[in-house]
Amino acid sequence: MDGTLIIFWAFAGLAVVSALSCITRRSPVASALWLVVTLFSLAALFVLLDAQFIAVLQVLVYAGAIMVLFLFVIMLLNLGRPGPTDLKGPVGLIVGVLLAGGLLVQLLGLRHVAPPPGLALAPGVMARAAAEQGLVPTVARPLFGTYLVPFEITSILLLAAIVGAVVLAKRKL
Amino acid sequence: MLLGQSLAVSAVLFALGGVGVVVRRNALIVLMSIELMLNAVNLTLITFARQLHNVEGQLFALMTMVVAAAEAVVGLAVLVDIFRVRDVEDIDELSELRG
Repeated sequence: MDGTLIIFWAFAGLAVVSALSCITRRSPVASALWLVVTLFSLAALFVLLDAQFIAVLQVLVYAGAIMVLFLFVIMLLNLGRPGPTDLKGPVGLIVGVLLAGGLLVQLLGLRHVAPPPGLALAPGVMARAAAEQGLVPTVARPLFGTYLVPFEITSILLLAAIVGAVVLAKRKL
Repeated sequence: MLLGQSLAVSAVLFALGGVGVVVRRNALIVLMSIELMLNAVNLTLITFARQLHNVEGQLFALMTMVVAAAEAVVGLAVLVDIFRVRDVEDIDELSELRG
């Protein structure tokens, strides 16, 4: 078992354990903080999977911005106190666990399905591009070239989200 | 290397997020569970980007991140609005739209 695999399982275990804590804690603040741990562990996994740029964005956008937003809303609305009955009733619990168990079995079965070989580029293409252009241009060049239109549509989506949030949260326009 | 392991971790995280969405009643924790599921999907996308030596999976993960950010912002704004009108945090009590 080499070093990469040990680090991978360490962070994978941390991610799973903290995700479990996130969905079982009663206090929303504790849940949010455990989710931050999960997001950081996932960023570490992204680095191990050669996606350093996405890992940095994960820490900046998710663990930084989105979780601060969550904590801000929790504290703004004074939700820090744990509710008396937060879980669903026994029927809801059983249905939820059964649904998720079925989903898990199916997804774990898909683990062994290999993607068709025609999809794969030649091995070493990404490593060569990263060595020639640097890590960020490897991601940025296709983003601003082939995928320019989806990227611009993304900006329209963000604009719509901003407008929607302001309209919803402001008392009087 | 790391393909099957990453997909297994992703499957576990996705299922945990699904349990959180179905089982919890606190609207904030439901939103957080959705973020968890989106992150599990990101892990799958990046795993396949690495497996196929193709950077496009990382671009899709980037798009997912943007969608997740927009979803969190609008979801939290809706939540703030609901709290202003009624002081409930139990999503089972918010059933006015049911026919």
